[in-house]
Amino acid sequence: MNIIRPIAAPGRPAAATLGLVDCDIHPRCADLGEYRPFMTDAMWHRLTTYGIHARHGFHKGYPFPKAAPLASRRDAWGPQGQPPASDLGFVQKQFLDHYGLDVGVLNPLQPSGQGDVSDDLSVALAHAVNEWQLAHWVDHDARLRASIVVPYEDAAASAAEIRKRAGDARFCQVLLMSRTSEPLGRKRYWPIYEAAAEVGLPIGIHAFGFSGNAMTNGGWPSFYVEEVQEHATSAQAQVASFVVEGVFERFPALKILMIECGFGWMPSLGWRLDNNWKRLRDEVPHLKRAPSEYMREHVYVSTQPIEEPAKGEHLLDAMEWIGWDRILYASDYPHWDFDDPRIAIPSFIPLEKRAAIFGGNARGFYRL
Amino acid sequence: MARHIVGAVDEIPPGGRKLVEADGKKIVVFNLGGEFFALLDRCPHQGSALSGGILCGLTLSDEPGRYHFSRAGEMLRCPWHNWEFDIRTGKSWFDPRRTKVRAFPAHVETGAALASDPRRAQAQGGDVADQTEPATPSMSVDGIAVEGPYRAETFPVKIEADYVVVEV
Repeated sequence: MNIIRPIAAPGRPAAATLGLVDCDIHPRCADLGEYRPFMTDAMWHRLTTYGIHARHGFHKGYPFPKAAPLASRRDAWGPQGQPPASDLGFVQKQFLDHYGLDVGVLNPLQPSGQGDVSDDLSVALAHAVNEWQLAHWVDHDARLRASIVVPYEDAAASAAEIRKRAGDARFCQVLLMSRTSEPLGRKRYWPIYEAAAEVGLPIGIHAFGFSGNAMTNGGWPSFYVEEVQEHATSAQAQVASFVVEGVFERFPALKILMIECGFGWMPSLGWRLDNNWKRLRDEVPHLKRAPSEYMREHVYVSTQPIEEPAKGEHLLDAMEWIGWDRILYASDYPHWDFDDPRIAIPSFIPLEKRAAIFGGNARGFYRL
Repeated sequence: MARHIVGAVDEIPPGGRKLVEADGKKIVVFNLGGEFFALLDRCPHQGSALSGGILCGLTLSDEPGRYHFSRAGEMLRCPWHNWEFDIRTGKSWFDPRRTKVRAFPAHVETGAALASDPRRAQAQGGDVADQTEPATPSMSVDGIAVEGPYRAETFPVKIEADYVVVEV
C-alpha cells in the first residue's frame, strides 16, 4: 500500500504515519431493490413476500431498540435525507475524505442474510450483499474493501461463497457475527475456516447477530445498555471456543479479529483459561500450548468502542497484554457510537504504537 | 468579555436554537420558554457539533421501578454518543463537576439599549440548518459604532425590537 497524501485531510490524525485504515464501516442499502440484480427471481420473490427471519422469536425490528434512529449518528443522514451510509458521495464527503482514510473495510449488517433461519434465503442474501458491496461501493472508490458475508449457519454454503471470491483483492476478510447458534469453535463451522485459510483471508467477527439463544446465560436482560455490554461476554465465549476446540491447531495460519467487542476482557480471559488449562489439560490434549499463547498469536481486536478507564495506564496495560501489533483502529461509521480517530485513540499511547493502531497493524492483518 | 448580538428574539422561537460564531467560537444558543442559554458547539468527549443533538428531558429515579421525567426540552444530547448536558449550565449529568460544555451568558436586550450603549456589540450570522458550512463570522452592525473593514456592510436593525445577546 503506497501512501500518497498530497492534500491533508482535516480529520486525519497526525500520528497516522503508517496509513489510516478503518476496519469497521457499515454500508446500508437505501432500498432492498439494490440487491435485486444479484438474486434469482425465486429468492427475490421469497424475500419480498415473506421477508427475513432472524433466528430470534417474536420480534419485529430490533429486540433491543437502539438509542438512536437506525443506531446512527444524528448527522449521518445525507442532504436529500438518504439513510446513513447509503450514499457513496455523502460517505466520501462526511467520512472518507474528511478523515483522509487510506483504506476502509465494509461490514454490512442488516439485512445481510446472516443468521437467517431460512438457509436458502440466507445463502442467497449473503451472496447478493457481496455483489452489492462491489457494485455500489468498492468498484467506485478504491479506498474501500468488501467483506465476504457468509451464511455462517450453513458452513458448506459459506465455504463455497468464500472460494468464489478467491484471489479477488476487493475482498479482505470473511465476516461472521458474534452471536451464533453454537460457539464458533465447534466443528460444524470448520469448513468456513478451511476455506478462509485456503484463500488466505482472515476472519472478522463483528458484535451482534441473532443466535436463537438468550444473550446471557441467565436469559434476556431488561435494558439496551445491558445488550451492548454483553458483547464483551459473547466475544469471550467465542474466543474461548476457537482456542479450546483447537481451531488454531488445525488451521495454524488463521487469524481472527474481534470487531466492536471491546478488548479489556482479553487479559482476564487469558489468565483464567491458562489457570484452568494447567489443571484440566488432559481433557483437551489437542492444545499444545497455553490458551493465552493461541490468543496472542491468532486473536486481533478493534478499538471501537474503545475502553475509557479513568487511569490511562490501565488501558496501556490491557493493550500491552493483547499485543501492540494486534490492535486495529475502527470507527463504526455511521453508527451512534462512532469513534473519531483524532480523539478516540488517546495521545498518551506512544506515537509509534498509535501509528501501528491507525494503519500498520491493519496492513499486516489484511495484507494491504 | 465582549457582547455579541445573536439575532432578534423572534428568530429563535421557544424550543429553537441558533448556531452562531463569535470571537472565533461556534456557539449554539437555545430558547427555553423565553430564557436564552448559550453553549460552545463542541462536545467535550469527541468534539462533535452539539447543535445537531436532540433536546430531551431529565429522567430520574429514586429507586428501581420508580421513574420521574421532568425538565422537558432542557437536556441536550450529543448527536454521537448521547451524552446528556444541562442546557442551563452546560454540565453533563453523569459527571457535572469535571465534564461540561462551556456555557456563555445570554440575555435579551432592547434594540434601543444596544444602540445607545457605548460598549461595542457585534451581530452574528450563521444558521443551524446548514452545519456543513462554517457559521458566518462576526460582522459589525450599522448603527452601532464599530471601526473596521466591514464598515460598508449594513444590516437593517430595528431598534425597537428585542435582541438576544451572548457574552463571549
